Amino acid sequence: MSENLIEIKGVRHAYPTKSGSLPVLDGLELSVPEGGFAAVVGPSGCGKSTLTRLIAGLMKPDHGEVWLHGELVKGPKSTVGMAFQNPVLLEWRTILQNVMLPLEIVPTKLSKREQEDRARKLLALVGLEGFEEKRPSELSGGMRQRASLCRSIVHKPDVLILDEPFGALDAFTREDLWQTMHKVKAEEPFTGVLITHDLRESIFLADQVVVLSGRPAKTQYVMDVHLTGDRDIEHLYTPESAEALNILRHQIQIAQGRTEAEEPAK
Amino acid sequence: MTFRQILVPLSAIVLFGVLWEFLVWVNGWPNYVMASPSDLPPAYARYWELFLVMGWQTLWRTVVGLLLAIAFGIFLGMVMGFSRTMRDALYPLLVGFNAIPKATVVPIVALLFVGDHNFNTILIAFMISFFPIAVSVSIGLSTLEPEYRDILASLGASKTTIFWKIALPKTLPEFFGALKVAVTLAFIGTNLMEIVSPHGRGLGALFDSGKTNSDYPLMFAVLIALALMGIVLYYVVVALEKIFAGWAERSPSY
Ligand SMILES: Nc1ncnc2c1ncn2[C@@H]1O[C@H](COP(=O)(O)OP(=O)(O)O)[C@@H](O)[C@H]1O
Ligand SMILES: [Mg+2]
Repeated sequence: MSENLIEIKGVRHAYPTKSGSLPVLDGLELSVPEGGFAAVVGPSGCGKSTLTRLIAGLMKPDHGEVWLHGELVKGPKSTVGMAFQNPVLLEWRTILQNVMLPLEIVPTKLSKREQEDRARKLLALVGLEGFEEKRPSELSGGMRQRASLCRSIVHKPDVLILDEPFGALDAFTREDLWQTMHKVKAEEPFTGVLITHDLRESIFLADQVVVLSGRPAKTQYVMDVHLTGDRDIEHLYTPESAEALNILRHQIQIAQGRTEAEEPAK
Repeated sequence: MTFRQILVPLSAIVLFGVLWEFLVWVNGWPNYVMASPSDLPPAYARYWELFLVMGWQTLWRTVVGLLLAIAFGIFLGMVMGFSRTMRDALYPLLVGFNAIPKATVVPIVALLFVGDHNFNTILIAFMISFFPIAVSVSIGLSTLEPEYRDILASLGASKTTIFWKIALPKTLPEFFGALKVAVTLAFIGTNLMEIVSPHGRGLGALFDSGKTNSDYPLMFAVLIALALMGIVLYYVVVALEKIFAGWAERSPSY
């Protein structure tokens, strides 16, 4: 037991494939305190999505333990919320109905009316007021991702797992969504794990950045981020941020097996 | 439906009839070569009772065969869509079965269950039409992106819940695409059996009796009646598709 809300200890996992067992994670450690927000970065294909599936209880690790809220994870739990790079909105439902989907699964004390109010409130929070009755196909990629974000938190999960949610968006939309994330975190506190391949995103959103090594991935480096509460894009251009980004970039190069460091960008 | 949506296909049909009449007239074809549209009303007037009775027989047996095909097709599609092993095991079997020309199966079935005319006919309609449904449902289910499953699975939803809430509705557009093919196939199946099987019932038997009696206008009248029935069944499916999978249609403004 520990006071950390997410606690991953010595996790090892391999997939069976045609050409034998493919070790994906080996020696993975991760601790996120209640209310914390960890960003996980690492080379592509190193096992980041696998990690999210282990935290969500969608798979069991071959070895090691995943603890949530002082409980060993044995299967999926309704206290988890997930969002992916693909917003996977259901085309036959309106945006409002899409956001309310988890409430049809998770036991809730809210009446239908209250459920709808909550969904509407979240949509307004992410700037989708007025789009409640629209179909997903009528929304832009960024708006769909906002709706997907609402769906992932509508049932007030303890743990929010985001697997490269902004990965497919253009740079401007992405920065808008970073701001939205901060707003959401302030209004609807959660403990989160964010998978990303964008180092700026990791230090802008998270308070802890975890670098995974190449496959099989282990926890290679952990950095605490000390950007203070009310973050602004400007913060990414301070000398402290530049330094943090440099260190992370260097760690990624090590993870990719490219040890010779490039000339750091200014 | 707008005025235009009715007028355009209607004029096409009228034009087709006029062309047909003209072609027969210009070539001076006698009735035993090619009947013309003007021969049809007398044929319907003479046999209208038979057309109603036999038409109804054809219709209900086609629909029952199709309903069975839908139920079995969805079931088979689910089994193959959810289990890789079952897919690998059943697919070649199914393809092989589908490759057999049904005209060769008809006499076999007719002999197998001699006298059970309704049963025979429904069986052929069913056998000929479940294949596209099974394939479309299985492909729809097996190509479901894992994230769709995971948004519910991560909340602890059961497989059944995921099927009803996500997998099934998501497969509906493909299902209706297949159903449009299946409805036509079922119709072919019913008629095959009705024509081939002795002492048959239904429009197929009426066609056959027209053949035996060299009543060519009757044969053509049956063909047209079959076409009309096929159109009606097809558009029933289209209407159902609009209701249940209308969301899959992109609005034309895009
Ligand atoms: N179900 C699976 N079966 C076999 N191999 C898999 C499966 N899922 C992922 N992999 C492999 O495991 C590795 C890690 O996958 P993933 O966790 O998705 O990586 P990431 O999200 O970091 O890009 C990849 O090489 C991928 O091909
Ligand atoms: Mg991934």
